[in-house]
Amino acid sequence: MNTESDNRLTQQATTQPFFWSVRRELWENKSIYIAPLIVAGVIILGALISAGHLPERRRNAMLLDEVRRRAAIELPYNIVAMVIIITAFIVGLFYCLDALYGERRERSILFWKSLPVSDVTTVLSKAIIPLAILPAIIFVIIAVTQFLLLLISSVVLVPSGLAGTTWENFNLFRESVVLFYGLIVIVLWHAPIYGWALLISGFARRATFLWAVMPPLGLAVFEKITFNSSYVWSLMKHRLLGAGDTAFDFQMHRSISVDLMSQLTPGRFLTTPGLWIGLIVAAAFILAAIRLRRYRGPI
Amino acid sequence: MATIEAHRLGKTYGTTVALDNVDLRVEEGRILGIIGPNGAGKTTMLNAILGLNAYQGELKVLGRDPWAERDQLMRDVSFIADVAVLPRWIRVSQLLDYVAGVHPKFDRAKAESFLAKTTIKHTSKVRELSKGMVAQLHLAIVMAINAKLLVLDEPTLGLDILYRKQFYDSLLNDYFDGKRTILVTTHQVEEVQDVLTDLIFINHGRIVLECSMEEFESRYVELMVHPDHLLGARSLQPMNERQLFGRSVMLFDRIDRGQLSAMGEVRTPTIADLFVAVMTNSTGSGQGAMISDQK
Repeated sequence: MNTESDNRLTQQATTQPFFWSVRRELWENKSIYIAPLIVAGVIILGALISAGHLPERRRNAMLLDEVRRRAAIELPYNIVAMVIIITAFIVGLFYCLDALYGERRERSILFWKSLPVSDVTTVLSKAIIPLAILPAIIFVIIAVTQFLLLLISSVVLVPSGLAGTTWENFNLFRESVVLFYGLIVIVLWHAPIYGWALLISGFARRATFLWAVMPPLGLAVFEKITFNSSYVWSLMKHRLLGAGDTAFDFQMHRSISVDLMSQLTPGRFLTTPGLWIGLIVAAAFILAAIRLRRYRGPI
Repeated sequence: MATIEAHRLGKTYGTTVALDNVDLRVEEGRILGIIGPNGAGKTTMLNAILGLNAYQGELKVLGRDPWAERDQLMRDVSFIADVAVLPRWIRVSQLLDYVAGVHPKFDRAKAESFLAKTTIKHTSKVRELSKGMVAQLHLAIVMAINAKLLVLDEPTLGLDILYRKQFYDSLLNDYFDGKRTILVTTHQVEEVQDVLTDLIFINHGRIVLECSMEEFESRYVELMVHPDHLLGARSLQPMNERQLFGRSVMLFDRIDRGQLSAMGEVRTPTIADLFVAVMTNSTGSGQGAMISDQK
């Protein structure tokens, strides 16, 4: 009896609506970690299958000048990061488009609303998935994948005596620091895109993807036809791809690889007006999604 | 403090009036049945009480404004808004974890002991359960929440008769303790007749009848009239007259039973009988009698 009442007391003290709401999102949306894991698995499989050609390619790379050699050896590792980051972006986008729509479609919103969890907690627990959870998950997946690739390449190159060339030209720790910085940059830059998708998922009664994509696209077409200009189009393109321009200094080698920490330019990134305008817009979209959920019932 | 106090509660959707200046007071420990035809405003009223809809007028539930304070209110209010609103993707064990993680008044051990009496497995997903089992699961969770007000909107719709009976039995035996308040809407009125302590009929957004069940039993009398007394009985102005096996059945409000029993057989009407009488009176008299003539 005593332990039972003790249990009840500890239970009361430990209700954590936000924590459990985030866990609930991960239960429901396994693709958040499964999709990047599958991509990583495919990459490792591909590396194993093509391992036979590696010594020859490495010998060719060693003939290049130092900068190009380094770029050639680093390339597969950068591709791993990019492919998984793009996967995560797509997963995050579709996650957001369903986050406040699925619960209305399957009527479970009536159950969630019967519990003492506020709309603020619920919507924030969904917003944090693409803004923090997903980047954290792919950071680990990318770092582990790169480490496995490094192992594979070292083992394959040992017989030809070239194993050391990878380690000389590729620094996993530095790569991870750059990756960590890059993920923060991308997430902050893309925040309004996720916010927009969340807002649409709380608003639309069907076809959330079309609702999210058609209005800006239509606006761009309208602008082109009417004024023969393309500000909307370039704004959208800039929002999708523009983070790197200010956050990294790529000019030195005209490639996407980053060799020196001095190529990271957080100061320039943080003083870009576009970043702060984007964050304000993202906050406005999320606030609107919170307001909207209050009024929304099942579809 | 009354559990629910509504004064001139209203709600309009565009030009449609869903709730028309309703006054309602529900005391602690009552089991109130809200009966009305489809589109009468029952769900709108419940949604206002649960803080799911904005409304006009004054409304206090457990002393709180449900629209402004929904999150706090939901610590003391449970509801089953419909059958099958549990998320289909979730596992039973995850559902228990989640509710235990967010609800300060959820007693997991209690929910587990209710579930132990069913065939529901912890590893099952909701989508793998039958409709009746989903209702059992939802009821097990709701009964393990120490709430002051429970709202049930068509809780047994689409369930077979065994589950329906079991549902109300568990509710009365294992949940209701005389201090909680329960609101229930249902079309299966015969099932709740013995469960309720109070009754309201609602139509076109208005409360058209409001009484306690004791009052119901003392006020309303149904008389199967002996053919010789037909005119005499009609002169007492029955609320409603219908034909059954070639004899007239009349429903009276506040007419002495002794006086009526001289004219035929008397009995207490069912809620359904009274409902039909009240609704046909409020939507144009004679219509109901014609329908029963044709039977």
